[in-house]
Amino acid sequence: MNFSRLRIPRITFWRAVVAVFMILGVYALFVRYTRGLGASSHMTDLFPWGLWIGFDLLCGVGLAAGGFTICAAVYIFNVERFRPIIRPTILTSFLGYLLVITALLVDLGRPYRIWHALVMWNPHSVMFEVAWCVMLYTTVLALEFSPIVFEKFKLEGPLKIIHKISIPLVILGVILSTLHQSSLGSLYLIMPTKLHPLWYSPILPIFFFVSAVAVGLCMTIFESYLSNRAFKKKLEMDLLADLGKIAVVVLAVLLVLKVQDLQYRHVWRYLFQPTQEAFLYWIEVTMGIIVPMVLLMFRKVRYHSFGLFASALLVLLGFVMNRLNVSITGMTRGSMTTYFPSFLEIMVTVMIVSLGFVIFSQASRFFPIFADSKEPVGTASELPVPEADRSESFANRPSYARSRH
Amino acid sequence: MSKGLLIDITKCIGCRSCEAACKAQNKLPENNDPDLTATTYTKVMERGDRFVRKMCMHCQNPTCVSVCPVGALQKTNYGPVVYDESKCMGCRYCMAACPFQVPRYEWSSAFPRVRKCIMCKDRVAQGLQTACAEACPVGATTFGERDDLIHEAQDRIRQEPGKYVNQIYGFSEVGGTGVLFITDVPFEKLGFRTDLLKEPYPMLTWNVLSKIPNFVGVGATLLFGIWWITSRREEVKKEEAEALSKKDKH
Repeated sequence: MNFSRLRIPRITFWRAVVAVFMILGVYALFVRYTRGLGASSHMTDLFPWGLWIGFDLLCGVGLAAGGFTICAAVYIFNVERFRPIIRPTILTSFLGYLLVITALLVDLGRPYRIWHALVMWNPHSVMFEVAWCVMLYTTVLALEFSPIVFEKFKLEGPLKIIHKISIPLVILGVILSTLHQSSLGSLYLIMPTKLHPLWYSPILPIFFFVSAVAVGLCMTIFESYLSNRAFKKKLEMDLLADLGKIAVVVLAVLLVLKVQDLQYRHVWRYLFQPTQEAFLYWIEVTMGIIVPMVLLMFRKVRYHSFGLFASALLVLLGFVMNRLNVSITGMTRGSMTTYFPSFLEIMVTVMIVSLGFVIFSQASRFFPIFADSKEPVGTASELPVPEADRSESFANRPSYARSRH
Repeated sequence: MSKGLLIDITKCIGCRSCEAACKAQNKLPENNDPDLTATTYTKVMERGDRFVRKMCMHCQNPTCVSVCPVGALQKTNYGPVVYDESKCMGCRYCMAACPFQVPRYEWSSAFPRVRKCIMCKDRVAQGLQTACAEACPVGATTFGERDDLIHEAQDRIRQEPGKYVNQIYGFSEVGGTGVLFITDVPFEKLGFRTDLLKEPYPMLTWNVLSKIPNFVGVGATLLFGIWWITSRREEVKKEEAEALSKKDKH
C-alpha cells in the first residue's frame, strides 16, 4: 500500500455534520444494545413498532424501488436510453437494502436470531414473506451490482457468467421487488381495527406497490440531480425528463386508485372531519401526489433541472408521509395511545441515512458508476472489455440512443 | 376439545385472587402494575363499580399465531395459545397485530421475550384447571370445555334475562375466543373493544399470501414474454438497418 497517498480528509461543513451524526448514532446503538429497546426508544406494549419500522424499513425499501423499476425498463421493456442511469440506481437500491437490514438488526429484539425466519417457516405470516424477500432480493441486488466490482478488478471470468444470467436475474428481481413492496402494505391488512379508515384498505398492497414505482422513478431523478451537483456530472436531462413523464402516469394511477378506494369503502366522511388524520391525509395526497403530478405534466418543469428535482422531492416527501401515516400517525388512535420517537431512535435513523449518503459518494468515486466519469464505464465504445462481453452486460451494451445518432 | 374460560362480570368481587394465583403459578415477581405487563399476565381492572379481568383471549384462530414469522406462537389443540421463546427473534408483529393488544414485551432486557397468559398450559395438559379459575372464591372465572362454557353462559343469560346483557363476548369476536365474558353492563361501557370484526383476522392476510405462487408463475411468464418480444424488435431493427445499408452500397 502506498502510504504517501493517504491524507487526512479536509474538514468541510457536511463532513462535520456527518461526523456528529455518526457519533450520536453509535452512542444510540450502544444504549440500545446494552440497556435494551425500552431505554433507547419510546416504543411501548401498546405501540410496539416505531420509527425504525415506519421510516427505516417501510421508507428504506420504498426508496430503493428505483432498482427494479429502471432494470425492468431497460432489460425487459428494452428502453435502451435509460441504460446510463442503471448503475447509480442499482447502487442506491443495493445500499438501501443493506441499510434496511442494518435497521432491522437494531429493531429486532434478538437480532442474532434473524436467520430463524429462514429455517422456521410460517407461510401464513406476511413477515415471513417480507423476511424472504429482503434476503433474496438483497442477493439479487448484490449479483446485479457485482459486474461493477468485477470490472473494477478486471475479473473477466465471473463477469462472463453474470452476463449470461442477467435476464433471468432481472426478472427474478422484478418479481421479488413487486412481492416485497406490496407485502409491506400487506403487513397492515391484519390490523383493520387499529389503522385509521383513511389508510386501511383491502388494496394496501397495491397502494404500496404503485407508490413504490412512482418513488423509484423520483428517487432516480433526485439522486441524479444531487450527484450532478456533488460530482459535477452533466445531467441527462432528456432521460430524466422522460422519467418525470412516466412518474406522472404512475401518480395518476395511484390517485385514481385512492379515490376509487375511498368511494368503494364509503369513507369520504372521514376526509371532512376536523381530525389530525384527515389533515395529514389531505397533505399527503395534495402535496405528495396531486401537486407534483400537475407540475410534471408541463414540459417546462420537466426540462428545468430544479423544477424536475423539486417535483421529485415532493413525491419522495409525500411517500415518506404516507408510510409514516400508515405505520405511526394513522395507528395511534386505534391503539389508544400516543407515540413520538425518542431522541436516540431519531439518531439511529439519521445515522443510517447519512451512512447511505457517505457510502454512495465513496462507492461512486471508487467504482465505475457514472457514465461520464473518468473511470471506464457506460457505453461499449469507451470500455476496454472483451468482445464477448459487449452484447449482454449490465452496463456495457451500446446505448440505443447513441447508436442512433 | 378446546378448553376455555368463562368470566361472569356480575359475580366478580374484585378480590384479585386470580392475579395472585397467576403470579404464583408462573413464578412472576409481586408488583402492582396498573395494567398487563411482562410480569403481569392477568389484571383485574376497575370499570365504574364493576371488575373486568384482562388477559390473553386465547382466540380460536389467533392473529398472533398467524403473523409470527418463525412460528414461536402456536394454538394448541386443547386450547391455550402458547409461546416458544427459543424461536422468537423479537419482530413484535404479534404485538402490533393482536386485536386485543395483549402480548407484552420485556423492553428493558437485553434478551427480551414476549409475555402473556398461556392458560396454564402444563396444568391444563395434565387435566387440571387453570390457577386463576381454581383460586376464584365466587366462581366468576370458570374453566372448562369451550362448548360447555357457551352453553353455561347461554343458560345463565336465559335464566336471568333482565340481569344479563344478551351477548357472550368472545362467541363471535375475531371468529371466536377461548375466553368468554358475560355481563350486566354493556360491554362498550366496560372498556371492551366492540368494533372488532366477526371473522378470523388471519384470513385478511392469507387471502393475499395464498395468491403469491400464482402471481410468481404468471408474472415470470409475462416478463419473459415481454423481454422476448422487445428484444426481437431490436433484432428486426438491426437487420433492417443492415439491409438498408447494403442497398445503399449497391
